[in-house]
Amino acid sequence: MPARKGTASRSRDPVTGLVRDLLKGDKRAAAKLISLIEDDEPEATEALARIHPHTGRAHVVGFTGPPGVGKSSLINRLVRTFRGRGKKVGVVAVDPTSPYTGGAVLGDRIRMADTGVDPGVFIRSMATRGHAGGLALATFDAVRVLDALGMDLVLVETVGAGQSEVEIATRAHSTVVVEMPMTGDAVQTMKAGILEIGDVYVVNKVDLGNADVLVANLKFQLEPRDGWRPPVIRTAALEGRGIGELADALDRHAKFLDDTGLRKKREISRARLEILENAQRLLSRRVEAGSGFGRTFETMAKEVAERRFDPHSAARKLLHEPPRESD
Amino acid sequence: MPKKIRVLIAKPGLDGHDRGAKVVARALRDAGMEVIYTGLRQTPEDIVEAAIQEDVDAIGLSCLSGAHMTLFPEVVKLLKKRKSGDILVAGGGIIPEADIPKLKKAGIKIVFGPGTPLRDIVAFFETAGKGA
Repeated sequence: MPARKGTASRSRDPVTGLVRDLLKGDKRAAAKLISLIEDDEPEATEALARIHPHTGRAHVVGFTGPPGVGKSSLINRLVRTFRGRGKKVGVVAVDPTSPYTGGAVLGDRIRMADTGVDPGVFIRSMATRGHAGGLALATFDAVRVLDALGMDLVLVETVGAGQSEVEIATRAHSTVVVEMPMTGDAVQTMKAGILEIGDVYVVNKVDLGNADVLVANLKFQLEPRDGWRPPVIRTAALEGRGIGELADALDRHAKFLDDTGLRKKREISRARLEILENAQRLLSRRVEAGSGFGRTFETMAKEVAERRFDPHSAARKLLHEPPRESD
Repeated sequence: MPKKIRVLIAKPGLDGHDRGAKVVARALRDAGMEVIYTGLRQTPEDIVEAAIQEDVDAIGLSCLSGAHMTLFPEVVKLLKKRKSGDILVAGGGIIPEADIPKLKKAGIKIVFGPGTPLRDIVAFFETAGKGA
């Protein structure tokens, strides 16, 4: 492949050049690094290792809720409000990949057009590429890149989630759950899952009317978690109503996390998940490769299919785990 | 995993005729590409900024207002200025035959007029995505 012009070819080692430019605030380098990570290129591991020490400054806010509820429009307004308060804002917006063709139409940017060429804003669209849970595998590594780019806030938009896509709450510092009026009765707000994970709740499209019922139902159901009572904010994103209140609520939650030491706790539980996930990926990759490990795996698969071995014991043997004792 | 081809489909200028852009976006999606659609009334600056942040392999511009001779070359010029001249630019819409050589001279790789089979458009972006 001919060397591409620009940042990557300036240095003999493309990763060093890209990371150096990223830390200087170069958006093109940030974009190229996110692509390396998304495509799972070998250089991505090295790049992430060098970026990681330069992260941890950005406050990460996740947005989830049903499709069409107004997540992109809210983010669009919120970016403007935070820009007005002098903050630099990154956005990672996730949309689904087709399970049949692997293709995707990423349309969140349409509703985020207001910020156009603002140098303090970086928006990246991302396809799920087969990952369940409302996020892509690369989403939070992309967040890391935007953190290192110098963004004060990174807003993550999940794919339009159903009732149980709750992965975002295990990753973000603050989680915003967006709902809208006239989408169900009081029992909907009693269900487990998405209505338990929010640090801030938004009832968007209040201009449609009937918002009072939903706000009341939400307030009735929500309970304080870790000493924080989630507020319910009314917004009309297209008109820009309630956006200042939402920004204030997010600032209050960020301060709460700092004051109580919860931020550190959340960072550690996220790290646990990330280490485990990466270990699982490494294991999958070792099994796929044509190594001795891969051959042992294939032999075991045949033995299990022929009922000479069982899958639970095979897994233990593969990882050199001793047989499980009853505890 | 093979590298995904990423394409930005954008409508510069002031016309609201986006059916063509949407049909092309859908066809590229069905060919397994990731298509970022940015919607109507984008300036060349908006389009170039989005293309850089999204790290796309190519841009498809659709214009039916007659302003293509101004807007298309401006996108190519801005890309070069931002050290992103490696992003290929294709054009489509109602474009008189006589303008096509001039657009190509200005750096537009290919122009797709009305009636172009979708497979020709898909083939162009597939080649563009492979760095050819």
